[in-house]
This record gives sequence, C-alpha cells and structure tokens, in this order.
Amino acid sequence: MDFDLSEEQRLLKESIDGLLTDSYDFEQRKKYMAEKGGWSKTVWLKLAEQGLLGLPFSEADGGFGGGGVETMIVMEALGKALVLEPYLATVVIGGGFLRHAGTDAQKAAHVPGIIDGSKTLAFAQLEKNSRYDLFDVATTAKKKGDAYVIDGEKFVVLNGENADTLIVTARTKGDRRDKSGIGVFLVPANAKGVAKKSYPTQDGLHAADITFTGVEVGPDAVLGNPEDSLALIERVVDEARVALCAEAVGLMDESLKTTVEYIKTRKQFGVAIGSFQSLQHRASDMFVATEQARSMSMFATMANDFEDAKERSNAIAAAKVQIGKSLKFVGQQSIQLHGGIGMTMEAKIGHYFKRLTMIENTFGDTDYHQRRVADAGGLI
Amino acid sequence: MDLAFTREEQAFRDEVRQFFRDNVPPDTRRKLVEGRHLSKDEMVTWWRILNKKGWGVSHWPKEYGGTGWTSVQHYIFNEELQSYPAPQPLAFGVSMVGPVIYTFGNEEQKKKYLPRIANVDDWWCQGFSEPGSGSDLASLKTKAERRGDKWIINGQKTWTTLAQHADMIFCLCRTDNNAKKQMGISFIVFSMKSKGVTVRPIQTIDGGREVNEVFFDDVEVPYENLIGEENKGWDYAKFLLGNERTGIARVGVSKERIRRIKDLASKVESAGKPIIQDPAFREKLAACEIELKALELTQLRVVADEGKHGKGKPNPASSVLKIKGSEIQQTTTELLMEVIGPFAAPYDVHGDDGSNEAMDWTAQIAPSYFNNRKVSIYGGSNEIQRNIIAKAVLGL
Repeated sequence: MDFDLSEEQRLLKESIDGLLTDSYDFEQRKKYMAEKGGWSKTVWLKLAEQGLLGLPFSEADGGFGGGGVETMIVMEALGKALVLEPYLATVVIGGGFLRHAGTDAQKAAHVPGIIDGSKTLAFAQLEKNSRYDLFDVATTAKKKGDAYVIDGEKFVVLNGENADTLIVTARTKGDRRDKSGIGVFLVPANAKGVAKKSYPTQDGLHAADITFTGVEVGPDAVLGNPEDSLALIERVVDEARVALCAEAVGLMDESLKTTVEYIKTRKQFGVAIGSFQSLQHRASDMFVATEQARSMSMFATMANDFEDAKERSNAIAAAKVQIGKSLKFVGQQSIQLHGGIGMTMEAKIGHYFKRLTMIENTFGDTDYHQRRVADAGGLI
Repeated sequence: MDLAFTREEQAFRDEVRQFFRDNVPPDTRRKLVEGRHLSKDEMVTWWRILNKKGWGVSHWPKEYGGTGWTSVQHYIFNEELQSYPAPQPLAFGVSMVGPVIYTFGNEEQKKKYLPRIANVDDWWCQGFSEPGSGSDLASLKTKAERRGDKWIINGQKTWTTLAQHADMIFCLCRTDNNAKKQMGISFIVFSMKSKGVTVRPIQTIDGGREVNEVFFDDVEVPYENLIGEENKGWDYAKFLLGNERTGIARVGVSKERIRRIKDLASKVESAGKPIIQDPAFREKLAACEIELKALELTQLRVVADEGKHGKGKPNPASSVLKIKGSEIQQTTTELLMEVIGPFAAPYDVHGDDGSNEAMDWTAQIAPSYFNNRKVSIYGGSNEIQRNIIAKAVLGL
C-alpha cells in the first residue's frame, strides 16, 4: 500500500505544473478561448512536445506507456489550470478506444497524429434520449457489403467542432435499449453525410450536435466487435470518468485555495472576513469535501486496473458519486464565500464553478451512479 | 501508488482474524453486534486474553510491551478488531495515560504503572472535562495544592467515562492560578479509592450509565504522583489527545454496522418485501457506504504517510477523520433505526454495572442511535475540529 508518487511521476507532475504555470494563467486562458475553435493550438503543441499527448500509449505505438496514475497527475493539473484543450476527448477517450480495440493499422493511422498534436478526436455517443445509459443507442450502422452506413443524431459531442476523427457508437443489431448489437466506428469528420452544429458549452469548452445521414465507412472503421462492443465502451468511459474525477480534484483544490486567499484579504466590519467562524467552518467543510474527493479519485485510478469489470465499474461509480457531491459543495460554497464578486465573469472562481458543474453531468451524474452502486449491492 | 496490501500484510490480517475467531468469547461478540453494553468482567477478560497474546498495548514501544508493528499492521489490527467486532482496548489506559507515562514519566512511574495498564490490573479513567470546561478545557478549575509531600485536590470532573469501574484517574489540575490558563495545569494520577473521591452517575439519553461526575473533596495524593513537570500538564494533554489520530475514524465499526444493516434489511419487510429492495432505502445505504469508502481511503493515506515519514508532521487529511468518521457512525445508527421502524420503540432497562441484556436485541437499536450522538461531541467536538482545520490547515 503506497500513495506516494514515484520519482518519475513526481517529475511528470513538476513538468506539467511548470508548463501550465508559465502558459495558462487566467488572462492567457481568456485569449485562448477567443482563438478559432476556442482553444490554443500553441499550447496543444507544447503538451505534445513534453510528450503528454503520447502519455498513455504503449512504447510500441510511439507513446510513453503511462498508466492510470500518470493520467491522474495530468488531469489534476489540467483541472487546476482550467485548461480548454481537448485532452479528455482526444487522448483519454479517443486514445482509449485505439489502445483497447485498435488494430495495428488503425493505430498506425491515428496514434502518431494524436501524439504529435496534429490531430484531435471526439466521442459521438450521447443521444437525444439516451441520457447516461451507454447501451441506449438509436443511431444505426447498417451493413452494406463490407461497409457500414451510419444514420442518426449525436449531441453535445465534446471537441466535435474541431475533431479530425469522430468515434461513433452505433447499433448494428437489435432495439434501442438492447445491450448487444452496438458497434464503435472511426468516422472522418469530413465524411460525406456528416453535418455539425457547433456551440460553446457553459464551461467555455466547445461541443457540437452531429447528424449522420447515410455516412458510409469501410471495414477499417470498425473498432472491436461491431456487434458487441458495449464492454469496450464501458471500459473507455470508465477511464474517462476516472480522468474527470482527477480533473475535478484539481478544480476543487484551486477553488478552495482561491477562496481561502480571498477571505483572508477581503475586509468587512474592519476585519478579514476569514476571521469569522461561520466562514471558517464553511471553508473547513470545503477542505473535508476536497480530501474525500481526492481519496476517491485515487481509489478510482487504482480501481481502473481491477481485473473484474463489475468491481471496477462499481468502484468508479462510487468515486463519481463522491466527486459529484464534493464538487457541488465546493463549487457552490466557493461562490458563496466570494460574495458578489463570485457572480461575475471577471473573477476566475465562477469559471471553476461552471466547469465543476458540467463534470457532474458528464458520463453519469451523482444520482445515476449512486443507483448503480445500490443496485450492485454496495461496496461492503 | 499501489492500493494492494503486501502478501505479508495479508498474512498478518489472516492471523489477526483467526486469533479473534478463536479467542473472542462468543457472548461478548454477540453483545457488541447487538449494540449492548458489556459488563466490566466481560471487557477485562477479553483484554487479558489480548495482553497474554502480546497485543494488549500493540502500539507502545517494544521495551514497554509493544509489538513493533508497522503503521499498516496497526491499521489492519484495528480494522479487524473493530469489524469482528471485539472490544477495543481501554483507551484511557492504553492510548491515553500509558503513552504519557512512558514519554514523560520517571522510571519508577513506568515500572509501577505500565504493566498494570497493559493487563488492566488498574482500570483508568480520564479527569479532564469539568462542568464549566468543555471545549475550553484549559479553563479548568479543579485545584491541586502542594502541602509538604502531598497534593490536596479539590474540585469536580464530569463526563468521566466508566468511572464506576475505575481504580485510577489521570487528572488535569490547576497548580498555578497566576499563570496564563494553559501554563498553570499539572498532570496528576491517583487512586479512585482515595478518601474524598465521590462518583455520581449521569444517566445518558440512551438510558445507559456510561459517564459520571467525579467530586474531589480534600483528596490527599502523594507528591510523586505528578507526571512529568509541574505546570506542564497542558502539553501532556495535547500530546495525549493528538496521539490517536487514525483510530478515531472507526472505519471498522462502521463497516461492521453496515453489514448488520444489510443483514437486518434483508429480513425486515416493508410493503411486502425486504426493505433492502426499497430503492430509496438502498440508495441511502449506498451513499453511506461510498462515504465510508472515501473515509477508509483517507485513513489509508494518513497511515501510509505515517509509515513513510513518521508521525512527526501530521498529514492534513488526518483532520478529516474525526469529522467524517463520527458523521458516518451516526448515519449507520440512523439507518438501523430506519430498518426496524416501529420496533425501535420498546425500552430496555440497564443493570447497575451498565450492562443490559433483558430484552429483544432490537431494543438496543434506538439507544445506540441516541448514544452515538456523542461521537460528534467528544474528543473535541466537530465544531472544534473545524476550528482546527481552519487554523492549522487553511491558515485562517
């Protein structure tokens, strides 16, 4: 049992923290947000230069063979700096599908572009009525000779606006809520029949609603078993949830720090408001919530390697519950303790609150995961 | 980072578990499971079994009878003990006064007291709180005046847990009225059989007799019963209270209670089926289990940190343990109440020795719920814990 970082992991943390300290303060972030697509290609290439975009890929695929802890370190740092760039969509999720199910040819076609920063990906999964059930897929992929023809609508596809390649879940067989019959397809974003409606999201990221109308892809587009890939999707989405937990911990750390600094300097009635016990206790509770979230983020990171898929999913669901509860408390109280200034776009705390809030509703909210844990018979 | 226990640690867990299976008297275990109070005899019998095994004062230095275990081993031992469940060692002797004596006491005191603490030849109680000194403990008024080779002690202590069983008390007494309040306190130990000591029970809301008032009326105590230096008692008290940082989360206790909730909830019916199948109840239980898992991990972080870097500088996460640990213990007793619903009502009668055995075991569930309100009050109330986090961790 050991919670310390190895020497290499410590260096990784220093390196990404250093990079973001230099190139990602709140003012710089505003500039990146105004760039085309809503994030900075320059920063993205810096992440590539430091090897961070190749972190989870095996050395054989040109990566660094990093594991869950390495991703946790990076996601925490990205959260702390409120980073806009599509690391989750491209490296964690896109990379995850390629790592777990990509053929050599698929990896050769996509991984080098991810690692050098020239290509980004997006995961087109959410549908109008699917909410958080990953198996609820109405989009169809009909076989046509060797090829598949994809029809359907996907919503709130993170990085959907900019991605070069879309990873699309689509049904090859069965009814909308059947657990089998789901496939995963690599679709070029510029394929014929792909139509996008792009927009910024509440937290300053960018997403798109994407319509697929008779989009034809070859057999080389199929990731894994086209008729039975739910386990693959769950595996990758679990990794995304773990990454989101770590990002949320970084966001909470920074929110707490910013809030504590604020109440130490803001004066009312002639004294720093942080000298009032009601505010001190609130800040202490924020600390407790953040530490409990950190513990569960670590747990989720380690659980990601559990061999039993049910045990893994249950543990990660539990982590998402704790993170959801903690982030809501820390986010809301950060605004409350900032008072009026916390309500403004010009203070950074509100932006942290918004990102935290969006994380709760990504890949299953607190209620959804709590129900999953309950249905699995709990943890003890 | 690695969550797995080593093979040696796993083997140690098996050894500890097996020892409990073979040695905890079944009736003692049953009473704990059912939330009953134990008699003095039942507790002492078990502690002596533990001491004979060499595990009675496991965390003490080896020279005084400790085991030399690693932090992780201590963690495992406590978890197994709490979740078996078996009675935990008497904290007042083993975790509180013992470490003060072997750290600050003289050789004679060590020889005189430590072996008797380990074997519970003396039952110790704690003389800290007073009617006017709860959270503001340093304002205490019980006075010890030096008269020749004696202390003359006058005053009153309260919330003295199981003082009715006690042979000895360790007491914070004011020995200098002119110094700043923290600087005029001494740490004095004496026999509860001394002339002038009166113990009066306080009945708590669960109907039990766990705590007492203790009155001192011109109690004569030999001067040599002072531990450490005169007027340094506050330092020893802080040392004592900071000593048990990780046990306070009582993760094993809550785990055991959750198993009990599940067991009961699969038997008790609601709307024609076991209440465990009621989605609302199940989700509440899951929420509690998740919080407990987070606490367990937080505790493991603290334990691993102590193992690596020593106990010198506490991990900031350790402040979380008391607050969350007590909240979760309370939630588990609430869930038990919810499971038995209207059958929580029947009231049991307690024997003079604090034990109770008279009625159906469900009769213990409401008292246990009432009794557990104490856990967020004692040991520095949760509000005091929040003050500590605000000051020591957040710098407010």
